Amino acid sequence: MSDALLRLEGVHTHIGAYHILHGVDLQVPANQLTMLLGRNGAGKTTTLRTIMGLWKASQGRVLLAGRDITGRPTPEIAQAGVAYVPENMGIFADLSVKENMVLAARGARNVDDIDTSRLEWIFGLFPAMKKFWNHPAGKLSGGQKQMLAVSRAIVEPRQLLLIDEPSKGLAPAIIQNMIAAFRELKAAQTTILLVEQNFNFARQLGDTVAVMDDGRVVHSGPMAALAEDEALQARLLGLSLGAHQ
Amino acid sequence: MTSDFDWKPLALVPVLAALALPLVGSPSTWLTLTVAGLAMGLIVFIIASGLTLVFGLMDVLNFGHGVFIALGAFVAVTVMGSMGNYVAASSFWLNLVALLPAMLVAMAVAGALGYVFERLIVRPVYGQHLKQILITMGGMIIGEEMIKVVWGPEQRPLPLPEALRGAFIFGDAAVEKYRVLAVLVGLLVFAAMVWTLNRTKVGLLIRAGVQDREMVESLGYRIRRLFVGVFVVGSALAGLGGVMWGLYQQTVIPQMGAQVNILIFIVIIIGGLGSTLGALIGALLVGLMANYTGFLVPKVALFSNIALMVAILLWRPQGVYPVTNR
Repeated sequence: MSDALLRLEGVHTHIGAYHILHGVDLQVPANQLTMLLGRNGAGKTTTLRTIMGLWKASQGRVLLAGRDITGRPTPEIAQAGVAYVPENMGIFADLSVKENMVLAARGARNVDDIDTSRLEWIFGLFPAMKKFWNHPAGKLSGGQKQMLAVSRAIVEPRQLLLIDEPSKGLAPAIIQNMIAAFRELKAAQTTILLVEQNFNFARQLGDTVAVMDDGRVVHSGPMAALAEDEALQARLLGLSLGAHQ
Repeated sequence: MTSDFDWKPLALVPVLAALALPLVGSPSTWLTLTVAGLAMGLIVFIIASGLTLVFGLMDVLNFGHGVFIALGAFVAVTVMGSMGNYVAASSFWLNLVALLPAMLVAMAVAGALGYVFERLIVRPVYGQHLKQILITMGGMIIGEEMIKVVWGPEQRPLPLPEALRGAFIFGDAAVEKYRVLAVLVGLLVFAAMVWTLNRTKVGLLIRAGVQDREMVESLGYRIRRLFVGVFVVGSALAGLGGVMWGLYQQTVIPQMGAQVNILIFIVIIIGGLGSTLGALIGALLVGLMANYTGFLVPKVALFSNIALMVAILLWRPQGVYPVTNR
């Protein structure tokens, strides 16, 4: 396993009166795609939001490339090189695809300031982005919105992508498109922490995996090992797994 | 604007004006009332535009917005009072020498108070609507009392500069010169806002922040700084609106902000909270409705804008241009 780019050490998170994360220990190796799996309510989304600073860790540490980012404001964490694609995609529906992209490119005052070769690379991954460049993002289909959300996260080079359930609600053909795009991102040595419920999707993409249950990481290791071990899958992911295969 | 643009709310303004024509009867009276309504509407828009963005960006209900209106008007009383010769001159350009500084100083003072207001009163109650209502109303009461301390509690005259008195005559119709100026200033402010919101990165951030401020922060932008900026600009615009409103009424009182507040909230609710174009449509409708009903059935004039708001909300419960994601 390569060096960890992101490391969570004993992270606890409270949301109001609720204690959601109970000491999460997690490592995300550099230049790999790490899958974060688990049942509904296991704490996966909370983990991503805690890393992003949207919810504050009440205990423990979050280290990005060795730098402690625990409790730092969200914009500072984003400026440190972390891109976040939330479960609801966070698309600005009243803005055009182009405006969404310009906004995501922090260094760009307008579209001319965005690196053209990078934009072409994104258009290669998601041709729909070029086709609907000037359309309001709110008019895109669910799959196209997800493509925009991912495109926005990669419009500038980032150290780490946090992506929450990119396959949720998408048609099988679109999911295959997303898988192909993530393979390209992996080939470009992008470090990704991806939350997923769809085990079939996860199995095709993950280099490493961490499984959460009840606010803790209960298993971590190579994805291939989990993919081959049905008993382990059943024990860690339970009956809900079958529904997604 | 794309081909998907929703034109229906925009059409309400000419439709309302057209419906009023047969009721008013005389085309010259109708023209006078329509220009008066548009002028009033655009002044209200200048005041309301900042408030709707403040609500849209940070979910802040600022019931103290009226204090910036009153402050702007009283600052204009002082500035224009000290430049009496220019105000009394018959040349429009000499009048401008008094009017322009009055507007700029009013905007600067109201903007500065806005900065203090945000730091001391609004910031401690982010995300707490009930407390926001109570504390911002309290802030407005304190502001009004401070105005009384500085300028006195009585009504003060704010006479129009000499060249802006009287009316342009078109056939039988008389259109007051000041109202034409108010329309021009209002359109200028609207054009500046549209340009800023659509052509600059800051504008893009504001539009995005109104829809999903958490995502804007996740992209690496400090939305609180943006909010303070919008709050200050919104306060400054309210100060400018106060000058315009004071000149429209030609008198100012410390409570004028509270009186205009109700109109502003009707406007931003009709427009859709957070929508600038919606605020413009709402303001024009409110201005026209107030003038037509004031002429046709004065007894229901006060009620007419509430009725307008109810009718609009029955048609579109989120306002004419609801902000997506809210």
